[in-house]
Amino acid sequence: MPVPDRYEFFIDPGRCIGCQSCIQACAECDTHKGQSMIQLDYMDRAQSTQTLPVVCLHCDSPTCAEVCPADAIKRTEDGVVQSARKPRCIACNNCVLACPFGVPKMNTGMGLMMKCDMCYDRTSVGLKPMCASVCPSQALAFGTREEMARLRPQSRPINTFQFGAQTIRTKVNLMAPREAPDVVDVTAAMFEPTIGHDVLQDVFGESGEGHDA
Amino acid sequence: MMPQERSPVTPVESQTVPPDRRPDAEQPKWRRDFPIDSSQDDYVSRRELVKFMALTSGALVVGQVWLLIKSVLEGGAPAPAARPIARVDELPVGGARTFEYPPGSPPRLLVRTGPETFVAYDQQCTHLLCPVIPVVDEGRLRCPCHNGWFDLATGRAVAGPPRRPLPRILVEVRGGMVYATGVEVSAS
Repeated sequence: MPVPDRYEFFIDPGRCIGCQSCIQACAECDTHKGQSMIQLDYMDRAQSTQTLPVVCLHCDSPTCAEVCPADAIKRTEDGVVQSARKPRCIACNNCVLACPFGVPKMNTGMGLMMKCDMCYDRTSVGLKPMCASVCPSQALAFGTREEMARLRPQSRPINTFQFGAQTIRTKVNLMAPREAPDVVDVTAAMFEPTIGHDVLQDVFGESGEGHDA
Repeated sequence: MMPQERSPVTPVESQTVPPDRRPDAEQPKWRRDFPIDSSQDDYVSRRELVKFMALTSGALVVGQVWLLIKSVLEGGAPAPAARPIARVDELPVGGARTFEYPPGSPPRLLVRTGPETFVAYDQQCTHLLCPVIPVVDEGRLRCPCHNGWFDLATGRAVAGPPRRPLPRILVEVRGGMVYATGVEVSAS
C-alpha cells in the first residue's frame, strides 16, 4: 500500500532543539529494533548548538541505488526509497559513501545497510513516522501541505538540491525562509561560513533591542 | 505584509529519474536491466523460490500418496479367469506363440521350453516396448531393438538396456491344454 499523496514529510532545521527524541523513537521501531536511522548533525559544534535531524530525503534519482552493485536498493512508486533488500545487500558500503545527505547506515554486525524508509510500515497505513510523532518542536513534521502553510507562514517548503551539474528533487521537503531561493545549491554552500557564530554572539541581545528590555 | 506566494515545490515523479535527467531513450541499456523502481524489479525473491519449491514438492508427495492409495485399493482385485491359450500338441519343444490374457491385453508370449514345461511373459520389452524374441537354445529372450536380453526361466533382465524383469504370466497344463491363470506383478 503506498503512502497517501496528501501527507508529506517536512524537515524544519530551524526548529530542531537537539533533544534526540527522534533518534530514540526511530530506534524503538519494530522493523529495525535498537538501531536508529536518523543522523542528528551538529552544524558547527564549537560555535553553535544548532542541530539538524537528517532523515532520508527520498530522492527522485537516488544516488544510493545508483551506486548499489547488488541492486539491493529499490524505490517504490510512491517515491519512497526503501531500505536495502536483505537477501541482496552485500554490505559494500557504496551507498553509505555515495549518499550526499549521509543517510544510509551500515550495520556491520548484520552485514546489512539499513536506511530510513519513512517508516513505510506506518506511513503506508496513514500513520506518522516514529520521529515525526515524537518531535516536540515539530522540526520533523508529517502532514498535509495546507496544514504546514497555515502553521508556518514564515517558511515555505523546498525540495530541489543542486550538486554541481546534478539536480535532485526529494520527496521530503525542507522548510526554508520564505525569501530563500528555490534551489539549494549544496556545492556552493559547502564553502560558506556557518551562521551559528553570529547567532550565538547575539544570544544575550547585547547589540539588539533585547538589551533595553 | 505577507510575501507573495511562490510556486509550490515540484512533486517527485513516481518513476525514478536517471542522474543526468535525460529521457529513457538516451539512457544506456544497462539501466533497463537494473531498474531502481521496485515495480520493474521482477527477480524472484528467495521467499518466492522457497514457496514454489515447497508447493511443488508438496504436490508431488500428494500425487505419490494418491498413487499408493490407488494401488492398495486396486491390489485386491481378483485375478482374471483362467483362459485356455494353446493345446500342448500344437507347440513343438522350443516353439512359441503369442496370446492375449486377459482378452484385449498387450501381446503375451508362450514358450515351450521342454516337453512338460511352458513359460509365458509379456512380449513387450521393459525398455521401450519392442517385442522380445525367444532364443530357446540359449535359454534367453532377446529384444532386437537395443540388444536387450532376458532370462527365459525367470524373466529377469540379464543384459542390455532393460532393467526391469518381464511381467510373467502364470501357466498351467490341464488335460492337454495350456491355461493362463494369472499375471505375476513383479515387485521391482
